[in-house]
Amino acid sequence: MTTIYDSNKRRPIFIEELIGIIHYRDLIFQLVRRDIVTRYKRSILGVAWTMLNPLGLMIVLTLVFSNLFHSIHQYPAYVLSGLIAWNFFSQTTTASMSLNVWGGSLLHRIYLPRSSFTVSAIGTGLVNLVLSIPPLVIIMLIIGTPIRWTILLLPYSILLLAAFALGIGLLLSSWATSFPDIVEMYQIALIAWMYLTPIIYPQDIIPVTYRLFLVDLNPMYYLIQVFRLPVYDGILPPLHILLIATGIALITFLLGWIVFSKNADKIIYRI
Amino acid sequence: MQSHSSIPIILLQAVSVCFRIPQEPIGSFKEYVIRFLQNNVRYHDFWALREINLEILQGETFGIIGPNGAGKSTLLKVIARVLVPGSGHVRVRGKVAPLLELGAGFHPELTGRENIFLNGTLLGHKHREINNRLEQILEFAQVDGFVDSPLRTYSSGMVARLGFAVATAWEPEILILDETLSVGDESFRGKCSKRLEEFQTKGTTTLLVTHDMGLAQSKCKRAALLYQGKIQHLGPVEDVVRTYRERFSV
Repeated sequence: MTTIYDSNKRRPIFIEELIGIIHYRDLIFQLVRRDIVTRYKRSILGVAWTMLNPLGLMIVLTLVFSNLFHSIHQYPAYVLSGLIAWNFFSQTTTASMSLNVWGGSLLHRIYLPRSSFTVSAIGTGLVNLVLSIPPLVIIMLIIGTPIRWTILLLPYSILLLAAFALGIGLLLSSWATSFPDIVEMYQIALIAWMYLTPIIYPQDIIPVTYRLFLVDLNPMYYLIQVFRLPVYDGILPPLHILLIATGIALITFLLGWIVFSKNADKIIYRI
Repeated sequence: MQSHSSIPIILLQAVSVCFRIPQEPIGSFKEYVIRFLQNNVRYHDFWALREINLEILQGETFGIIGPNGAGKSTLLKVIARVLVPGSGHVRVRGKVAPLLELGAGFHPELTGRENIFLNGTLLGHKHREINNRLEQILEFAQVDGFVDSPLRTYSSGMVARLGFAVATAWEPEILILDETLSVGDESFRGKCSKRLEEFQTKGTTTLLVTHDMGLAQSKCKRAALLYQGKIQHLGPVEDVVRTYRERFSV
């Protein structure tokens, strides 16, 4: 079968990009593998750092804050379950930008689906996220947080997080190729966003006047809740939270995909 | 194999590519916003290709010559699907294998074997296809004993050989050769040219971009002279080389 490339007979660009990614799925696998293998290649503990990193942060936060936030039972489990979800989001969106800047030299030489690097960043994040779940369960067993069947909802929670992160990652990469400053600005925005989202502190300490912005209008609040409620609280998220989180994830993903695909042909003129 | 020699394998109709270059480079977002608000973002248009019409037939070795900055690389990028032209029509039948810079996707910390899979998938091959050709690639690259060592321990010749072996492990329908290949030592270079000649006898279409007029004349029948984004002369290689020498030789 001969592959024919005809610049006049192209499918809608966001469908073409999707077909490209499906066709290049083995490349996505190789890029994920490369990121995981090379990140810790020369370290002694290797991939174990993926688990030790959030655990270390959790211990620090527990020492600092567990006396302050009396209202939270088993603070380590509370903070760790939130941090794992947040870290996935912040790491994948940051990586998708830097990978695109790195991949620029390759995109100049050979044809690749332009979203390959962003999709692979999400893949790498998913591997790290799944690896950090066993330590979370162990911590919960040690400090006596009951593990209920609702934990089985986690694959769905992770799917929503991944779709949201992919959407944001694609939007950021579309802009970061024109303005490298976005990468630095986003780092600061991420820190602010993390402290403004109830991740390391309980939701009920937020004053009522700020509730609208920090909770009701904060997409990460819903996505963190969908991840944390079935694990830490052992309950299913209320239906409205589940629906809003699903809607946010889906819309962000579609928006990111369409904006990125529309810019894909122009990206090469800029990097 | 069925012959399509009457139908062009590569067809370009009125292809133009224009780069908008900010007159003074804008380094930051802040600067851009300020200039944008002041309506002070000035570009000048650089036409890398203007109204290019080109037909390349299946199986021919076609030469592209011209001075530096003539638009040769841009033309190759348009054919390789890397750059979508601003206007015009491109049609390419078959897979394009670029031998631009070998091993561009290699990672120094990965082993030779791992890099073969990474580079192979970058070229659009499936994991299974690479597995099937693994022995052949390793044999051609001659990196015995280093297969499972990180690439950073390789000599530059070994890296180039591995890159060439992966890039040419599959017989491409269209091969892009940018500049003369100077891979490794004398004997390996011989092996490389032998493989490329094998492709040509099997019907691979080759685009040869070079500054070496002797090489162009020995390999190609037809050629195009590119200058300032336009095809100045298209025809038998002897005529095109003569025009090139008349216009650009000191």
